Amino acid sequence: MTDRVIEMRGITKTFPGVRALSDVSFDVRAGEVQALVGENGAGKSTLIKILSGVYRADEGEVRLRGETVHFSHPVESLRAGIAVIYQEFSLLPERSVAQNLFLGREPRGRFGLIDTGRMRAETRKVLDLFAIGGRIDPDRIVGTLDVATQQMVEIAKAVSHEARVIVMDEPTAALNDAECEELFATVDRLRERGAAIIYITHRMREITRLADRVTVLKDGEVAARFDGAPDPDAIVHAMVGRDIDDFYAPPARADEIGEPVLIVTGGGNASLRDIDLTVRAGEIVGLSGIQGAGRVALAMALFGQEPFERGEITLNGARSTFRSPRAAIAAGIGLLPGDRKSEGLVLMQSVRDNGMLTPRAFSSLWSSHRRTAAADIGRIDDLLDRMEIRAASYDQEIRALSGGNQQKAIVARWLSMRPKVLIFIEPTRGIDVNAKAGIYHLMRDLAREGAGIVMISSDLPEVIGAADRILVMQEGRIVAEFGRGASEQDIMHAATADMENAA
Amino acid sequence: MTGSPTASRPGTGGWSLAGINPVWPLLAALVAAIVFMNPGFAEPTGYMNFLKRAAPLAILAAGQVYVITSGGFDLSQGSLITLVVVGSSMLTDNDPAATAWVIPVMLAIGLGVGAVNGAIVCFLRVPSLIATLGTMITLNGLAFLWSGGAPRGYLPDTFRFFGRELIHDVPLVRFVPVSVIVLVVVVGALAWAMHRTNLGRMVHAIGDNPVAARLAGVPVNRVRVTAFMLSGLSAAIAGILLGGFAGVSTDVGTGYELEAITAAVLGGAQLLGGRGSVPAALGGALALTAIFTLLNFLGLPQPVRQVVQGLILIAAVALAMHRRKRTGT
Repeated sequence: MTDRVIEMRGITKTFPGVRALSDVSFDVRAGEVQALVGENGAGKSTLIKILSGVYRADEGEVRLRGETVHFSHPVESLRAGIAVIYQEFSLLPERSVAQNLFLGREPRGRFGLIDTGRMRAETRKVLDLFAIGGRIDPDRIVGTLDVATQQMVEIAKAVSHEARVIVMDEPTAALNDAECEELFATVDRLRERGAAIIYITHRMREITRLADRVTVLKDGEVAARFDGAPDPDAIVHAMVGRDIDDFYAPPARADEIGEPVLIVTGGGNASLRDIDLTVRAGEIVGLSGIQGAGRVALAMALFGQEPFERGEITLNGARSTFRSPRAAIAAGIGLLPGDRKSEGLVLMQSVRDNGMLTPRAFSSLWSSHRRTAAADIGRIDDLLDRMEIRAASYDQEIRALSGGNQQKAIVARWLSMRPKVLIFIEPTRGIDVNAKAGIYHLMRDLAREGAGIVMISSDLPEVIGAADRILVMQEGRIVAEFGRGASEQDIMHAATADMENAA
Repeated sequence: MTGSPTASRPGTGGWSLAGINPVWPLLAALVAAIVFMNPGFAEPTGYMNFLKRAAPLAILAAGQVYVITSGGFDLSQGSLITLVVVGSSMLTDNDPAATAWVIPVMLAIGLGVGAVNGAIVCFLRVPSLIATLGTMITLNGLAFLWSGGAPRGYLPDTFRFFGRELIHDVPLVRFVPVSVIVLVVVVGALAWAMHRTNLGRMVHAIGDNPVAARLAGVPVNRVRVTAFMLSGLSAAIAGILLGGFAGVSTDVGTGYELEAITAAVLGGAQLLGGRGSVPAALGGALALTAIFTLLNFLGLPQPVRQVVQGLILIAAVALAMHRRKRTGT
């Protein structure tokens, strides 16, 4: 078949101690979206890195338009027309959109000077291919654009390289719903233009919306292939090897919800206004809203990182305004940050050290690192076991673990402190389906044990599925509250209502 | 939930050749080279004198590695040594009995300077490289002012005891320098604090990721100030030893801070923080001293020593980067 742009056959790749891929075959045709799905560690990234020349396969071959190719560097694959868009963008934040698009191959004018006019015009031309791209100014400094727009620039860069194969690695991870829709439209447009698109994702909705074909990887092997967008349950079944009827944990029963543990009245600071909030023992409160609505600011205020300047917090009956995370933790609040790597983990330290970090922080500096007031090594190991963390050893550096396992290690850290209120920011971002279900059930378990849970998530179905009560924020205020059974439309409407009026 | 069968709970991650800190084979090779050129080195007189000479640097490196692991540099160590030596000669004023109170005062000065360094970094938000460069210049000036530019040439023997004296009639090795005993005690204590206490783990954590450490409740400022205080304390102890065998001058400590940083890095400490080992910093200090000893044997002039030290610093960091890349960590 000549319309197969990429064919990978019998790809096998072994790392020391791990067989990452065994005999994987995979192909993509021009003008289709091939979804590549699988849990973390299933081998998706390794496969892509072999395709783009970051790694070399131990066995098997890669064919580009029927010809066998051996890329030894990503630059070679890019020249051959394969562009990979990673979650971490490769854009230079201090340069303009146009400069980024033509980095290293700027059009030259007279005297060898860079022809900025032409560069700008050609950038314009590429951007205008896309609805959202039409709104981007080629002279804007990339660092000043939001994540979704930066991603658009990254895609435009791939297009300007005349890439015939575009790989997108979880492109919606940092996008809100509206931005996702724009991305989907962009992907549609790329498909119409005849690009072959490899789309890596965890999200069923995106597969249903976009995929022409689906390849499921599990443990380094192809677990299933589907033509057309199949039933989500079938994909999940292939990914995890079991059904997930119980994906979300059951809601709290009335008798499980107890007294208020956390009450905020009239809370405010530079980014928050008039915050009145009650979290009860045993319930999961979801915070929803668009990016910048103040959800994370509220979490950081509760946690003392960006404290309230007005109003007061009552935690378990005691009034307080936390001036630092340390004060908040001492009072019984815990927080799982949204960006694990930059805010949650000490990456060079072991899994166990990451778990022990907070117990140690609340012990004497000079006492043994193996035994602290809140927890000793044995208890942390028990908690890590309870989280079912997959690691060769708890002495292993945590950076080697998958996102889901890293997240669980942070949860274990907080469990050791027995917090009264635990705040989860984007708890399932970048982690696989199975681990997601684990996090939902864990939140429910913690609530049943008497904690109040606050969950912030940009994934609306997740908030609806996991929370007992949903608060919607907009411009630093809480503007609506929903119980169980709210629809996505209701919530989106509340999150954007006034803005529509204003506009 | 039940325990996962895939999660093992062994004590350590296991031993492999790649896991050995390269400073140890390096040190072994250097010692072999020295013994080859000078068989007398294998006698107690040879290696005990070597250890005696290496003791101040080793102690200094053991303190410096706290600051490096926490993500900073302490450039003030060398001038703190000078201040301690000059200050001790001024305060003792040839009175042998004064040693008893002058030494605690010097240790307190060391801790105090460290606390000031830490406070400047934590509360005034001055990067440690600049902050300690400032204290380095300030302390040099203070030492000069204190002595009036002409330090008295001697310290009482009671003070010089720690740096100079030997304890004789020790079985097996015939004699042990007092400074080697100080070395073992101080480095032992610093190794314990770094690798067996909450402090040590938190020093690693704040050097690794200060934001995550703060959000985990780590008292980042307290830990950072403590790291600088231990670095200052180690400089004061090194100064007391150096005063014993090097005598009094206003440049006795010059350049020691860079030697200490080189030694720590040679021991695999990660510049900008997150990784560091006191025993390996000791190994680095011994290896650096061994290199200087070899250069001496070879009859190379003093400036060569500086050239070599600079190259070692670059090579050690380059090697560390290469290993990190290769192991993918």
